[in-house]
Amino acid sequence: MITIEFNGETSQIDEKSTVADLLRFAKVESRFCAVELNLEIVPKDQYSAKSLVAGDKIEVVTLVGGG
Amino acid sequence: MPPDSPASIGCQDESFKIGKHILKSRLIVGTGKYDTLQLMKDSLDASGSNCVTVAVRREKLYDRDGKNLLDFIDLARFTLLPNTAGCYNATDAVRVARLGREILKSLENPGADWVKLEVLGDSKTLLPDPIATLEACKRLVDEGFQVLCYTSDDPIMAVRLKAAGAASVMPAGSPIGSGQGILNPNNLRIILEYLKSDDPTYPVIVDAGVGTASDVSIAFELGADGVLLNTAIAHARDPVSMASAMKHATIAGRLAYQSGRIPRKLYATASSPEEGLITSRPW
Repeated sequence: MITIEFNGETSQIDEKSTVADLLRFAKVESRFCAVELNLEIVPKDQYSAKSLVAGDKIEVVTLVGGG
Repeated sequence: MPPDSPASIGCQDESFKIGKHILKSRLIVGTGKYDTLQLMKDSLDASGSNCVTVAVRREKLYDRDGKNLLDFIDLARFTLLPNTAGCYNATDAVRVARLGREILKSLENPGADWVKLEVLGDSKTLLPDPIATLEACKRLVDEGFQVLCYTSDDPIMAVRLKAAGAASVMPAGSPIGSGQGILNPNNLRIILEYLKSDDPTYPVIVDAGVGTASDVSIAFELGADGVLLNTAIAHARDPVSMASAMKHATIAGRLAYQSGRIPRKLYATASSPEEGLITSRPW
């Protein structure tokens, strides 16, 4: 297991997990979200290729109501 | 969209163009603060708008109810306008704008290339930080965004933001969510004069502060090209009915502006003719 920061919270995930694995694990619908890894946006077509490493900071955001 | 649909009413005049976008309705509405997403959907329908603002936030990892805002917005009708609400510095605003663009790209919504820039200076007044707003505006313009820029009603700041490349300058009528209407119509008049003097179609949108329908009409009567509001509908006792009122206020205000109001005069002018009076006067 490795430790990452996922949406501001410390999380343990399997080694060699990808962004796509994390989204599946968190049950996030990727159609409605964007992913930022260490302040860089990860394009959707790289979710399956992008592996996470210990200490990564990942933000998964979506759209909510706002003015 | 059929020509007689509610969204097309009130736009028989020249099109409302912001950067590369042409909107059918001059009313832009927010999607925040509704009690339920269904109530939001019904209110958006009633508003006649075809552009809605949305915010970018973390996915909830717990306590998700399985409903997404986007399940309640007809993306064929509405262009999404992502905002940077809640940002207090330029770097955060740029970061949030990029994330909003990323989500909209995957939705194939035309709103992917624009952003409502909001960089706040203070959480009590929610007034914009002018220095950080200008910096963020420049950076986003450099990155190819069409920036719709929330600002105070300061005419000099408005000129600076237009010069920085903002696709629209959006002065606040009064603080966000305050419902105080347009506190300084003279500042708004000056902004409109300055930004449009050599560029009459440059879009100026009154953003924030609307309390009720007459505030919307006043904004349009002053010459604003659009109005952006959220709380005045979402927190009305009957949001759907207030949304309809806002639609009609938009139509009324814009038509009144185009029709040319009479000048204000101190003394009366009779509407009925003097000629042919059968009565006598007491003096």
